Amino acid sequence: MLLKKNAIAGTLESSDVQITIEPSHEGIELFISSSVMNLYGKQIKATVLHTLERLGVESARVTVVDKGAVDCTIKARVECAVFRAAEIKENLPWGVRM
Amino acid sequence: MKNRLRRTMMFLNAQKASLVKDAYVYKPDSIIFDLEDAVAQTQKDSARIALYNALKSIDYKGIELVVRINGLDTPHFKEDIRAAVAGGIHTVRVPKTETPEDVLAAEKEIEKAEKEFGVPIGQTLMMAAIETPLGVMKAYELAKSSERLMGISFGAGDYVRTMRTTRSAEGVELLGARTQVVIAARAAGIMCFDTVYLDVDNMEGFASEVRLIKQLGFDGKSIISPKQIPITHQIFAPTQAEIAKAEKTIRAIDEYAKDGIGVFTVEGQMIDIAMLEGAKRTIELAKASGIYEGDLS
Repeated sequence: MLLKKNAIAGTLESSDVQITIEPSHEGIELFISSSVMNLYGKQIKATVLHTLERLGVESARVTVVDKGAVDCTIKARVECAVFRAAEIKENLPWGVRM
Repeated sequence: MKNRLRRTMMFLNAQKASLVKDAYVYKPDSIIFDLEDAVAQTQKDSARIALYNALKSIDYKGIELVVRINGLDTPHFKEDIRAAVAGGIHTVRVPKTETPEDVLAAEKEIEKAEKEFGVPIGQTLMMAAIETPLGVMKAYELAKSSERLMGISFGAGDYVRTMRTTRSAEGVELLGARTQVVIAARAAGIMCFDTVYLDVDNMEGFASEVRLIKQLGFDGKSIISPKQIPITHQIFAPTQAEIAKAEKTIRAIDEYAKDGIGVFTVEGQMIDIAMLEGAKRTIELAKASGIYEGDLS
């Protein structure tokens, strides 16, 4: 999926996660900070990378600020940031790549 | 499931991660994920995606899952329906319905989404929210407009605004609309739900309103705080005297029916077959409330 602009999704509220995504040509660069980094850092990384892969994002600079979000929230915020960056607002591929 | 217990329908903002992840712990009968008024215009996409992922991932322990979509006059409602149906939502609540055409317009999009995502046609239920004077006047037509409708719901916020009044503690300004909406639902053979009570700290006022709407015949109430759930369930639970009477009615009707007798008296009270449905509903409510100790199945 082609990213056209920088985008942010999610919040810094408890149980949420904020995702910032920027187009790049350097592959996936991932920066994670989390209040539960020691316990769940690997899982957060895996969820973010898997979601990007499903959406066909091969190159982007992604910053994750986690406040204790569950997996489905992380996935939702990454998807939202990607679609915003790609300027896709409707006819999302529900059930296919999400 | 078209007919099920719906005493409490709890609204929550689909965009709020902290609310969405474990709302089932409060045990409402239904959860209404709000994509409409609670969600800022700039976050409509985010709320929709959060809803879809929650529906796909979280086990809500058998609670009915409802989505309140954005209005039919907005650019959002079609994508709201696609996301919700793809996620496996049980029921779509359509806001501000005023005519049968409003219900049918939403139904058309739901059916399209069911086809697109391989959901059995007709599986997704609907409820129509009545929030304006015109909607109240057309309540019966609305209630009869689609086989998918499991109920209609009265919304007071926009209603009092368009009636040029405000909500009072006694709710006298809502009495006509509430009565008309519940009569329409009963005439159409579907369920009926009351509006929200906004003062979440006034539990006495809330309880008084729940008693009123139960007495008017409503099946349940829209809820905005988990605090409002136990008291609503308590008020909707039948008393031991009502349970005992329902048991006697069911047993007596069974007994007399064998002899072909349709009307008779039990302990001085006339009983007829028309009372069977109400008696069975009382027993079902008692079971759902966890207070039934009898042996009627």
